[in-house]
Amino acid sequence: MEFFKIRRDIPFMRYALTFNIISAATFLAAVIFLWAKGLNFSIEFTGGTVMEIRYHQAADLEGIRTTLTGMGYADAQVQNFGTSRDALIRLPLAKGEADVTRGSARQSERVFAELTTKPAPGEAANCAAMHALYREVVQIADPDKRPKEKLDQLAQQRETLKGQCTELTRVEFVGPQVSGELAWDGALALLCTALGIVAYLAFRFEWKFGVAAIIANLHDVVIILGFFALFHWEFSLPVLAAVLAVLGYSVNESVVIADRIRENFRKMRKASITEIIDNAITRTISRTIITHGCTQVMVLSMLLFGGAALHYFAVALTIGILFGIYSSVLVMAPLVRWLRVKREDLVKPIKDRKQEAVV
Amino acid sequence: MNRYPIWVYITIAVALVIGLLYTLPNFFGESPSVQVSSSRATVKVDTTTLARVEEVLKKANVPYTGILLDPIGVKVRFADPDTQLKAKDVITQALNTDPQNPAYVVALNLLPSSPNWLTAIRALPMYLGLDLRGGVHFLLQVDMKGALTKRLDAFTGDIRTNLRDKGIRHSGVSRDGMTIVVRFRDTDTREKAKRVLDDALPDLAFVDAGDDREPRLNATIRPQAEKSIQETAIKQNIGTLNKRVNELGVAEPVIQQQGADRIVVQLPGVQDPARAKEILGRTATLEVRLVDEEAMRSGSRLNVDIFPERRRDGTVSEAPTKRQVVVTGDHFINAQATFDDQQRPAVSVELDATGGRIMREVTRENLKHLMAIILFEKGKGEAISVATIQGEFGSRFQITGLFSPEETNTLALLIRAGSLAAPMEIVEERTVGPSLGQENIDKGFHSTVWGFTAIVAFMIVYYMMFGLFSSIALAANLLLLIALLSMLQATLTLPGIAAIALTLGMAIDANVLINERVREELRGGATPQAAIHAGYERAFGTIIDSNVTTLIAGVMLFLLGSGPVRGFAVVHCLGILTSIFSAVVISRALVNLYYGTRRRLEKIAIGDTAWK
Repeated sequence: MEFFKIRRDIPFMRYALTFNIISAATFLAAVIFLWAKGLNFSIEFTGGTVMEIRYHQAADLEGIRTTLTGMGYADAQVQNFGTSRDALIRLPLAKGEADVTRGSARQSERVFAELTTKPAPGEAANCAAMHALYREVVQIADPDKRPKEKLDQLAQQRETLKGQCTELTRVEFVGPQVSGELAWDGALALLCTALGIVAYLAFRFEWKFGVAAIIANLHDVVIILGFFALFHWEFSLPVLAAVLAVLGYSVNESVVIADRIRENFRKMRKASITEIIDNAITRTISRTIITHGCTQVMVLSMLLFGGAALHYFAVALTIGILFGIYSSVLVMAPLVRWLRVKREDLVKPIKDRKQEAVV
Repeated sequence: MNRYPIWVYITIAVALVIGLLYTLPNFFGESPSVQVSSSRATVKVDTTTLARVEEVLKKANVPYTGILLDPIGVKVRFADPDTQLKAKDVITQALNTDPQNPAYVVALNLLPSSPNWLTAIRALPMYLGLDLRGGVHFLLQVDMKGALTKRLDAFTGDIRTNLRDKGIRHSGVSRDGMTIVVRFRDTDTREKAKRVLDDALPDLAFVDAGDDREPRLNATIRPQAEKSIQETAIKQNIGTLNKRVNELGVAEPVIQQQGADRIVVQLPGVQDPARAKEILGRTATLEVRLVDEEAMRSGSRLNVDIFPERRRDGTVSEAPTKRQVVVTGDHFINAQATFDDQQRPAVSVELDATGGRIMREVTRENLKHLMAIILFEKGKGEAISVATIQGEFGSRFQITGLFSPEETNTLALLIRAGSLAAPMEIVEERTVGPSLGQENIDKGFHSTVWGFTAIVAFMIVYYMMFGLFSSIALAANLLLLIALLSMLQATLTLPGIAAIALTLGMAIDANVLINERVREELRGGATPQAAIHAGYERAFGTIIDSNVTTLIAGVMLFLLGSGPVRGFAVVHCLGILTSIFSAVVISRALVNLYYGTRRRLEKIAIGDTAWK
């Protein structure tokens, strides 16, 4: 089987200007979205509490919101997570909580206790007693003072009623000390990766390739971020990981093409730069599409089976892969031409010693 | 001809066998077990405990499949959860004779159930992160400023004492933020004081300040001393946390220092953060009291507190002490195992200024009398040291006796456990329910399997024989990656599983590159053997280049990422390394084995190349 029976080189470079206008436009749009709407950072970056609650029937999001507003958390976000039975609650950092150490932790305890005051539909009858016991225990702020017998009793009831009651499946709290660092480290990681890649490409090829490749691929990164800003998708640490992985991965593309351009400079001695680049892209297009197709199949599988936890990770990868093909082929190559790569840049002539003599 | 020397095949075979061996434990799962550990610092779990547990189980007719002793405690493995529960009750009853004051923690646990010979070659299953097995994760920040302030207050007292001892007059010593300010009448006194204090308190740096009419000395903690104070504070807190976690009876807890002032606590399997937060409280308090020797002789119990004292020979005697407390743990700064001037093992104890002043008075008045140090844990006191006061001492003293170095270590540890550590604060918390953990495993597994299947199907249809080789190489890649992760005992998280899937999806790139190159060479008119050769050779440079760039991103993520993302980075980086090996070496070996030896090879199955 062969999908790409291309007999003549496709004149990609003839449309270079069109491609550049398209990418400039998308890039600009992404920047505008980022600037106007901003990223919807997860609590890992902003600090705060996330709770995931599993109900036995569809979660009553409106009811949860009312309860939270009643508790003074008017700016809490409530949404479904994965299934309609799972509710995800996001609380901002507690301000002015007297005991900072336990304040954050108490936040999720108090919210869960409050949400289980009324029995949820579908719960076992005994759950009410357990929830009441929980309320009683968490009312005592100092964990040291919580009576041991009650805690034991609670653990026991929890064990017997396993899977029959409304359950707090996940709590995540990130304090202000950590969240700031994470945002900074994330930005630093992005910067170091970009610089590292430029340095490596400059060393292996020519600085012009390094610069062209990184511009092409940072343009991908900005576009991914633009999508996240536009649709208000949550930007979490795994998404950042996906962005960095995409950056490293789509540079592959540029490397493959740069490799071909170098080879062509050696082989096609009389060809113009445009012809050389067209030929390099045409001859690698089959590999480009098949490789990205395979990776995309894997990512698609994650998108389908990976559940809510991997959803945005896979989404970021999908956008990254699609734009990665486009940018490394149709952004990087014209850039290389505009930076005026010459045969001498890549195929280094042996220098004549006499020319270096001091006059 | 495309042939590999025999050693390449041997290397590949060895790599695959090792890969298989170390991947195996992941398939055996875990079996129910019971873990017995000490609930108090004074109780030790050793081979005698092991023998006792064995005996108890035999007597009660509870069958077990394995028993072992490790630094955490005794672990017993059972065939099913029912036996496990029964065994837990039996062991608890037998070992903790006093249920009000249990000496041992008996906890339910899971142990890898891979056969013993695999465990013997250290082939262990991957360690599952909390998002996969459920549990609680805390990141605690130690209040270093608090620890330093406390220490500075102690130094303030030390400065006063030293100046008083040398008869140097000052007009006030006070702490102002992180500096101690000493005021003097004239500069001469200041000079004298500076000389004295420089010698006596090497941990402080003294700088002249103020003018001639109001001369002052500003003292700050030297950076080196500051570092050691911080290290002590964090170690002490880790020690305290360890004890608390032990009490909770959690299996395989992780308590680690992270950075300069943070501690990670991970409690797998704990579902109740309300309960887990107990660990943040203080563990123990310390009191120094005088022993009532009258009561000791007469056996009278009037107006005394009786504390058990564990003797070195294992017997427990009673230590009656006066009700009045001399010094509490709050005044203890440090305790360390050392040797005295006659090279005998000793414990050197350091008190703050207030504690030292009280101690000086009390020891002066009670020479040759007995003093007891009592450690309170969970409201129960125990005399950890009863010693004769040999001389008058202040804030620094030594406890000597017929100790072994190990005993001084234990005693120092006990004293440290009872002194006040720097306060801590939760800066990050994650709780994952166990059901969610299992769901995450299933989801990660399904995405990998289906993605892998789809890629294999496509590769075989598109590249035929070469696609099959690529697929086998990809499977080998997966095997080696999991083996490597198990070998390194890396923690597998959900992003880690995603990284496995992603790495497989990216690794196929190398094979696509090679296969496309071979096709191109064939189209260009090369003979099949030459095409294979050229295809692999030419693609190699490109493969290296493209993987290095991916690796750069992975390494940056590892260095700067945290938590689950770090797991992603580890898997990603390792996956790149294994994929280079499998895509280039293993697939080539297969091709060489299949085609390389044929002299007249006219056609190779790599799909349609005849269209040109």
